[in-house]
Amino acid sequence: MATTAVLALPQTRVSRLRLYANEIGFELFKLARNKSYLFSMIGFPVIFYLLFGVTNKNSTFQGHSIARYLLAGYACFGAMGSSLFGIGASLAIEKGQGWLEMKRASPMPAAAYLLAKLAVAFTFAFSITLLLMGLGIALAGVHLTVPEGLHLLAVIVAGVLPFATLGLIIGLVMPASASPGVINLIYLPMSFCGGLWLPIETLPHWLQVVAHGMPSYWFARVALETLGYTSGYSPIAWLLLGGYTVLFVLAAGLIFRRQESQA
Amino acid sequence: MGAVTTEFSEIAGAEPTAGGTVASLQSVTKKFKEQTALDGFSLELRAGEVVALLGPNGAGKTTAVRLLLGLSEPTAGTVRIFGGDPRERASRERLGAMLQVGRMPDTLKVREHLQLFCSYYPKPRPLDELLAIAGLEGQQDKYFGKLSGGQKQRMLFALALCGDPDLVFLDEPTLGMDVEARRSLWQQVRALSAAGKTILLTTHYLEEADALASRIVVMQTGRVVAEGRPEDLKAAQGSRTIRCVTSLNAVFLSGLSGVISAERDGETTVVRTESAESVLRTMLQEDRNLSRLEVRSAGLEETFLALTNHASHTAGKIQ
Repeated sequence: MATTAVLALPQTRVSRLRLYANEIGFELFKLARNKSYLFSMIGFPVIFYLLFGVTNKNSTFQGHSIARYLLAGYACFGAMGSSLFGIGASLAIEKGQGWLEMKRASPMPAAAYLLAKLAVAFTFAFSITLLLMGLGIALAGVHLTVPEGLHLLAVIVAGVLPFATLGLIIGLVMPASASPGVINLIYLPMSFCGGLWLPIETLPHWLQVVAHGMPSYWFARVALETLGYTSGYSPIAWLLLGGYTVLFVLAAGLIFRRQESQA
Repeated sequence: MGAVTTEFSEIAGAEPTAGGTVASLQSVTKKFKEQTALDGFSLELRAGEVVALLGPNGAGKTTAVRLLLGLSEPTAGTVRIFGGDPRERASRERLGAMLQVGRMPDTLKVREHLQLFCSYYPKPRPLDELLAIAGLEGQQDKYFGKLSGGQKQRMLFALALCGDPDLVFLDEPTLGMDVEARRSLWQQVRALSAAGKTILLTTHYLEEADALASRIVVMQTGRVVAEGRPEDLKAAQGSRTIRCVTSLNAVFLSGLSGVISAERDGETTVVRTESAESVLRTMLQEDRNLSRLEVRSAGLEETFLALTNHASHTAGKIQ
């Protein structure tokens, strides 16, 4: 029968490299061609930066350029959006529509799927930061040295991790239709309180206290540090961001296992 | 339907005798929070067979498929695919599944979807073969979102075949398809069967099970109600339908011995019975004006209704 014939053939192997490259490449195409994702992920930070950063090109706060401050803030904002929408919303939707089941029934390694989602968040966060830098330099008179720019890019990409894993939790827990709304409910207040839109010092004291519990606050600290706004936060901020990542990964694992046992 | 059935019987006759076990569910019970989806359900798929799981919604067909695919774990019992665990990568490389998918990503092209799935398998089928299977030759650069409903279903079918699988699962493959698309998918299933593939399909279309399957397993509330070749199932049931215009009322008719059901359909009376001759004799005696008489042996439709009703109601009840 067909069974024995297959066994007799020399075993052809799946090219892992091609598999992962395809998964990542098509995941990128998929989202880059989708207008609603593009708007949520790139549109928000770019429009906000044009509205609040570029129009404040000559303003300063406590001797610092506001346009430069907001460059770091909206880069963080863009990275958070890329992670929460690119991973959270897309996972919730693919799960809700049965597409994920179809992929899970195939021999696709789960790691390829997750890695592709993560790659999307990295790529969009990186591109948004680059775009904001361009806008800042061209339209808002922002001064940025090459090392500063590279440092900011590196920090933004690394800072994707806690939000990517938070996106994973949202994607697992939320039904498809509710996910964009829930993401906005997390994304926008967290950005505001974290000091991504306004210097944290301008917020009421109690909000500043609350902000210390948010990964967005620590993300903003390290991003601002690359442009010389803050100093001395890095070790503790990275430790906490790493802690959030571990916590979210563990939580996502637990949720996944619980859902599996009920599937 | 008649032509299709004949065509199939010919294929069934020429089919090689079924080989070894390819996949099995052994006394599987699957409970969700409150309901029992499968209740001591056993199923064995032998190499080269086309098996149809037939039953109404909620009978447990999709649950059975999901268990076989390792997408869910049984509460009790064992699941084997190619002698191993269904979650093993080696098993998954040898099977293909078409599941009920509400939507798949719209912003990838036909070619890209196929290319991605092909990269999961050690010996994928060539792209042009898959395009032919999907009926999308020359449309490989179309976005998935631009396809019609029937074309989308055909794409899912082609995705299930990307890895040139030995075992194919089709969960309600023709749901929402028009007649033409359905016939064309049936052709593809027959071609797979002729190539020696083992196929498990779920359907609540009797016509589909009858047209494709070499064995039908009728399910109701997580159990097997009946099992056999389509023709044996029909023969075993042996009921016939009498249609006529008569003044005799349905309550009287359903009281006659051997009557399964009797009902009025407009001016026609429809009587389903296991003993057509004796029932007819009585009817003709009681109503001398009985007219437009017609007697048919039960189609699978009636058989199916009889089987599933038998399981949930007491026999002989008026429908």
